[in-house]
Amino acid sequence: MGPETRSWREPHRLVLLAIGIGIIVFAAVNMRWDWLPRYSGRLVEGVGTTLWLLFLTSVLGFLLAVPLGLAQAAGPVWLSAPARMFCTVIRGTPLLLQLWLLYYGLGSLFAYWPEIRQSWAWPYLRSAWPYGVLALTLSFAGYEGEVMRGAFAGVPKGELEAGRAYGMSPLTVFRRIWLPRAIHRALPTLAGETVLQLKATPLVATITVVDVYAIISRVRQDTYLTYEPLLLLALIYMILTGILVLAFRWLEAKVPVKGG
Amino acid sequence: MLEWIAGLASWELLALEPPGWGGVLLGGLAISLQVAVGGYLLGFLIGVGGATGKLYGGPILRDLLDVYTTLVRAVPELVLILLLYYAGTDALNQLMLLIGAERVDISGLAAGIFVIGVVQGAYQTEVLRGAFKAVPHGQIEAARAYGMTSFQVLRRITLPGMLPHAVPGLANLWLIATKDTALLAVVGVAELTLVTRQAGGTTKSYFLFFCAAGLLYLMVTLISNVGIRRVERYARRGMPAVR
Repeated sequence: MGPETRSWREPHRLVLLAIGIGIIVFAAVNMRWDWLPRYSGRLVEGVGTTLWLLFLTSVLGFLLAVPLGLAQAAGPVWLSAPARMFCTVIRGTPLLLQLWLLYYGLGSLFAYWPEIRQSWAWPYLRSAWPYGVLALTLSFAGYEGEVMRGAFAGVPKGELEAGRAYGMSPLTVFRRIWLPRAIHRALPTLAGETVLQLKATPLVATITVVDVYAIISRVRQDTYLTYEPLLLLALIYMILTGILVLAFRWLEAKVPVKGG
Repeated sequence: MLEWIAGLASWELLALEPPGWGGVLLGGLAISLQVAVGGYLLGFLIGVGGATGKLYGGPILRDLLDVYTTLVRAVPELVLILLLYYAGTDALNQLMLLIGAERVDISGLAAGIFVIGVVQGAYQTEVLRGAFKAVPHGQIEAARAYGMTSFQVLRRITLPGMLPHAVPGLANLWLIATKDTALLAVVGVAELTLVTRQAGGTTKSYFLFFCAAGLLYLMVTLISNVGIRRVERYARRGMPAVR
């Protein structure tokens, strides 16, 4: 990487590339892929679910991360202490545990509550999807809230004072200067966080949300194959990660870095 | 209505002796910590080797290591754990058949350490490589000019110089290792998260047990943070304070 990045056309790379293609061809010919056409429709749907889950929880999580970061950076102690505790708890415990706590724990508590069982919300509360979205959103908010704290604290004081000197109200200073500058500062970490979020989404399959990972688990149960479905799954996630990284690189190039 | 409040407060379920599940949870925590420590150390060995290979190895080795670190970082840990768990146990059994030994049942503990180690190795390779490159080249040249052997350069200049750059990344990876052990629940290793779900399933007090396990994980993180701060202070001694 960096300055010593070289062309892929060097002789040893061509040999490695040939070996890599050879392995792929060998896998395609000698492994069993006859199940693929039967599941292709469901696989595409699963990828769609995964991407929708990623988009939804990243956006919601980021919206939650802004007040969390602001409370920690500038809030009074009765706001900053709970926000800091939330971030510590989310970052200090495994996501799988949080997910199971919400799904099995909260879900089992709700089941005891007759008022909830009879309410309109019960069909939703009984399904797995809301718990998956909630857990992934809270997780993203916890990690990104910590980043936003640093981003809010890092905006130079002089810029905020200049805004005040122009007669802007505190809200206007926040809307025009503080928030845009903080988001700008947090942007480079956002790509990494989003890739981590993509890699966290398959956990929701453990609470019966049907994403691409769940479809592949289904294939493994139906066909008794160990490796083929998992290798395909790894390939799918690699492609998704690659697309995400490229998309964020494009986005960062669009945002002017001058003065950043 | 009253039932779930009672379910929340039945603390005797956490007792250490058999009617309670406290002992089972602590046993799960011990497995989790063993996997985390073992996997982290294995990852460190891979990381040292990988970083050395990336810095000094030939072009082929460097490209292969790039493939390794890129693949591991692009695929979800859950998928890697499943793949490595089955592939690792399969490969070992093939090897045992090849040398004429009998099939072995690989313990979940050993397989877990192997899986976490391979994942950690990729990330630690990158951290150590970055830390090594942060040591100014002039310092190494100066040490050579003083006639130090390459081992002396490593011990006196390179290692102390890269330590402050490596510690934050390595500390972060330790915290990730302790949390990644939870994913082994999916392949049936009896670590803390899985035994917690079993305890919850048996007693139907899911909320109580998951909160208790969460506290145990949180304590591991907080205690680790105290240790990390000490190591960081030691590694950064003599350097200007940050913030």
